[in-house]
Amino acid sequence: MAQLDSRIPPGPLADKWRTHKANIRLVNPANKRKYEVIVVGAGLAGSSAAATLAELGYKVKCFVYHDSPRRAHSIAAQGGINAAKNYQNDGDSVYRLFYDTIKGGDYRAREANVHRLAEVSVNIIDQCVAQGVPFAREYGGLLANRSFGGAQVSRTFYARGQTGQQLLLGAYSALMRMVGNGGVQLFPNSEMLDLVIVDGQAKGIVVRNLITGEISRHAADAVILATGGYGNVFNLSTYARQSNATAIWRAYKRGACFANPCYTQIHPTCIPVTGDYQSKLTLMSESLRNDGRIWVPKKAEDRLKDPNTIPESDRDYYLERIYPSFGNLAPRDIASRAAKRVCDEGRGVGESGLGVYLDFSDAIKRLGEAGVAERYGNLFDIYHEITNENAYKVPMRIYPAVHYTMGGLWVDYNLMSNIPGLFVLGEANFSDHGANRLGASALMQGLADGYFVIPYTIGDYLATQKPGSRPSADAVEFKAAEQNVVGMTKRLLDTKGTEPVSHFHKRLGKIMWEGCGMARTEASLKKALQEIPKLREEFWANVRVPGSEKTLNQSLEQAGRVADFLELGELMCLDALTREESCGGHFREEHQYPDGECKRDDEKFAHVAAWEFQGEGKAPLRNVEPLNYEFVKMSVRNYK
Amino acid sequence: MVAATSQKSISLTLRVWRQAGPSAPGKFVDYPAKNLNPNMSFLEMLDVVNDELVRKGEEPIAFAHDCREGICGTCSLSINGKPHGPGRGIATCQTYVRSFNDGDIVVVEPFRAKAFPLVKDLIIDRSALDKIQAAGGFISVRTGAAPDANAIPIPKADADLAMDAASCIQCGACVAACKNASAMLFVAAKVSQLGLLPQGQPERDRRVLAMVNTMDEMGFGSCTNQYECSAACPKLISHDFIARMNRDYLKASFRSVFKPAPAVTSGGGA
Repeated sequence: MAQLDSRIPPGPLADKWRTHKANIRLVNPANKRKYEVIVVGAGLAGSSAAATLAELGYKVKCFVYHDSPRRAHSIAAQGGINAAKNYQNDGDSVYRLFYDTIKGGDYRAREANVHRLAEVSVNIIDQCVAQGVPFAREYGGLLANRSFGGAQVSRTFYARGQTGQQLLLGAYSALMRMVGNGGVQLFPNSEMLDLVIVDGQAKGIVVRNLITGEISRHAADAVILATGGYGNVFNLSTYARQSNATAIWRAYKRGACFANPCYTQIHPTCIPVTGDYQSKLTLMSESLRNDGRIWVPKKAEDRLKDPNTIPESDRDYYLERIYPSFGNLAPRDIASRAAKRVCDEGRGVGESGLGVYLDFSDAIKRLGEAGVAERYGNLFDIYHEITNENAYKVPMRIYPAVHYTMGGLWVDYNLMSNIPGLFVLGEANFSDHGANRLGASALMQGLADGYFVIPYTIGDYLATQKPGSRPSADAVEFKAAEQNVVGMTKRLLDTKGTEPVSHFHKRLGKIMWEGCGMARTEASLKKALQEIPKLREEFWANVRVPGSEKTLNQSLEQAGRVADFLELGELMCLDALTREESCGGHFREEHQYPDGECKRDDEKFAHVAAWEFQGEGKAPLRNVEPLNYEFVKMSVRNYK
Repeated sequence: MVAATSQKSISLTLRVWRQAGPSAPGKFVDYPAKNLNPNMSFLEMLDVVNDELVRKGEEPIAFAHDCREGICGTCSLSINGKPHGPGRGIATCQTYVRSFNDGDIVVVEPFRAKAFPLVKDLIIDRSALDKIQAAGGFISVRTGAAPDANAIPIPKADADLAMDAASCIQCGACVAACKNASAMLFVAAKVSQLGLLPQGQPERDRRVLAMVNTMDEMGFGSCTNQYECSAACPKLISHDFIARMNRDYLKASFRSVFKPAPAVTSGGGA
């Protein structure tokens, strides 16, 4: 059984991080260059960590499967980044940001981690501005803010609708500076396929070069995974197509605990699926709900009718009806589940029946078409580009889609997993968002982990490792890991079945969406738990991966990732089945209040579930880390 | 009327560049793409064609893609000779089947430039652009050493113009569109973004010299003011930035005669 010591420092909440920094071990400057650190992934968390550790003098190797670190999917984040700067003089503070984030996570995150996140948020904005990130500004030249969901203050910094892009380019520029001066050795087109453990500690990785197919072994004194989330287990999501769970999943199979895998975020306003060929779901900013009204026909037989011919009396503005005080601005999880319910009743619109109308005709009457265009013109353009529909004339169709995963590898306060020497940052870990993430908090966490947490906490581990003591990449453990990778590659190529990888990924996505999606029941989860192993068997008997392992082979890359999703999906369902309560993004239909709100069970489930691999074909072990709320009272999350 | 879903299907012939590796000979191969939903994206069409190839036991067409929402800059196809295809201000992944007519022959090639060697089929190597960034596309600021973010006010107009330049997605369409395969729009965008901001001033001279010199070393051509780059740019970045960069480069060159800039490839720091 894994040892799960969260290592939360003692003392008052606001002093914990400061005290911890003063007490943890340091590595002296002359010794830093003797340590090698591997960073896998170069999104916000990975780039910022690699750049900062190299600035400190560590020798850093950074591995990315993209052709350039700047392509990581952090680049697609639109809205903004939260920070408790209180530049608006509207009463914001570190405590308020902490409290909003803890409450937003439905009391399933650690108090100490979240408070630290709120503390360092202010440093992130300073750092990014100094790097040349062109945040939005007011005419006086000072930084502008906007408000975002789940908060009553304006604390979100933004760069048009491309905040993630600009923050990533800032981190990328810091990374490339260190690549240019030799501080970081960059390995693009390189996918991590195994983690190497020597004497119980993470000491290296096995990598496949995606261009040449070459497999190589890399040793280090510590390994950092910053490889993002696993939402593509659902096949269709707002993630990039290449986003995958392989790095964290293979670390799990080497002993790293996977915490709260069932916590997934479904965003309510995305463009719906149009056909079986679809590869991607696109987010439409939530801000549209400020002026748009959401409805479906009252009668199922009207669902394919031209919406403009359906009279007012035959429309069901269901959010306004069910949640009169919040109406169309009901919280994300509520709005998503309500859309699912009306579609399940057969009233969903569009050919697939999985869509609801977001109607601007009232807003156009009130503000004029020009007024609506001024507020949302770019979004109407994107919508038109994708659907070829004019949302000024016909209501938009939207539907919820998978957007983020709050679960991930278990880490302690130092961001170290239960495997000594293995650190996990950003969306890949589980630490700060509990059961639900608030808008504009993902960018904050990625950069907090990389710029301001790991540079301190990694020293606490490295100081226990003798300089120069790292094993050789020719050690037996490395060769065994390489053989494991070679074996799996061969197995995929040798199966020589009849169906392409996408066939299995689509079917897995459907099982996951139906069984472990927006609303889960004991029955739906049990059904999924029966179907997934069968699909996995079918995959290994009938997948066809053409080509060779010695060249660029996109089918092979995809096959390995989907093979991992076929295992991870099962763990997610198991976690969701075991957590017999509703919290945040995890909604068990059996556990709800009469108004449809999540009903937590704090007595039984105020804990982190950290799953531990026990071997192929064996049931994983469910470890528990209790969540002790010392400073905040757990209460029913209420936004009414 | 939900017009888009009631349109008829479209069938195309795709004339695709196939090349097994950098040194293998390449050729165009025709693939039928039949009964396509007009609302399918161009890349989704390639997914479908590839799945059929796999079922037939053939190797699928290799093409680069990732975010499929026009922001990561990975996708890089020339469609009927135009980088990113027929649309204006969009990337390949934002091109839809409805942009073509039933029965069309559509020619699909990789971005072609000497500095972008071909890897396989439609995939090219754009690492030259990363090397330009490593040479000087940054402001040297150690993590933790930054002053308060509001310590230096920046006029809104400057910040907005810097943001226009910063919206570059490093896809390389500007290079592919240019008859000289010049990367000047790309370099100018970065040089301008950082040069417009007060934080970028201390390194302004060495930045432009380092980035332009590295661009030349990487085998990109020079600008002859045809502005195909701006026309092909998925983010519609203006060629005005090239003039700005040329001005910066000239000034920095003069100044460096009297006060040589330090070795440009060492990024500073530890």
